[in-house]
Amino acid sequence: MNRHMIPLIVFAALLLLFWVGLGLNPKIIPSPLIGKEAPKFELPELHDPQKIVNNEMLKGQVTLFNVFASWCVSCRAEHHHLLKLQRQGFHLVGLNYKDEKQDALMYLRQLGGDPYAMIAFDYKGNVGIEWGVYGTPETFVLDKKGIVRYKHTGPLYREVIENELIPLIRELEQES
Amino acid sequence: MKMMIGIVIAMSLLMSSSVYALKAGVPLEFKDEEQEELYNDMLHELRCTVCQNQSIAGSNASLADDLRGNLYKMVKDGADEGEIKKFMVDRYGDFVLYRPNFNPSTYLLWIGPFLLLLLGVVVLRLNVRSRNKINNSSDLTTEESELLAKCLDSKKEKK
Repeated sequence: MNRHMIPLIVFAALLLLFWVGLGLNPKIIPSPLIGKEAPKFELPELHDPQKIVNNEMLKGQVTLFNVFASWCVSCRAEHHHLLKLQRQGFHLVGLNYKDEKQDALMYLRQLGGDPYAMIAFDYKGNVGIEWGVYGTPETFVLDKKGIVRYKHTGPLYREVIENELIPLIRELEQES
Repeated sequence: MKMMIGIVIAMSLLMSSSVYALKAGVPLEFKDEEQEELYNDMLHELRCTVCQNQSIAGSNASLADDLRGNLYKMVKDGADEGEIKKFMVDRYGDFVLYRPNFNPSTYLLWIGPFLLLLLGVVVLRLNVRSRNKINNSSDLTTEESELLAKCLDSKKEKK
């Protein structure tokens, strides 16, 4: 090998490194929860504070656990996707994160409805910390045993839903 | 000496300012100095995952505020450094620590610089060795040295 080739190879390697490295989104932090059981929690339901929502209720079927808030602008962008997922028959559970009850109810009314089977009302944000929430909206997929299998940080969009979310849910539904 | 005292006062003011961070104006109370020190150390060890390049000591993000509250509670309850770090890493991953734990996903991060240094040393040695070879390989063939000697001789004779 010609020794003049070496700088060229080093340059190409650097180029590749930067190409891959700068293409990654530094805002996406891999969740340590994946593969683990959903964190334990118990919160009042948003609509009816007499009822409770806890982690046991996430078991038994494949669940989309979605963290949202009325103050979160990008949550608005994904809301119609959530409504569509609900119409398609998926099981959605919401975590209303650090929000005022009235604001949250208004938010759901304004944006065309409530896609969630139930909503845990996390006024103080403590349950959010248990789930490692750092940038709403966040969406977790849990299998039938209540184990976290997937996390998407940021608003859901069509490509993610069609290429990742729905295929994964279909796969998890096959598991016993 | 005066300047030294000034610096010490300024430093301690800077350091203690983070104690007041939980609720503006209300100093936090600790059981002893050890707890206070742990709290302050951890404030600077933990990354605010929203703002990413700030510790939770310096961030105004509401999540950082919640984490400070959590940290304060844990310290008050007598948690040690390892327990606090584990709590944070279990929820937010290695990224939450400015000096992440040594595990397979951070091997490259920790060892990488030393590997690069090693590579540099190897390249340097190879370079020096090949340069030495060039310097030492100026031996002439017998014909050339005879010619050289002849040239030198003729120069001497002229003098």
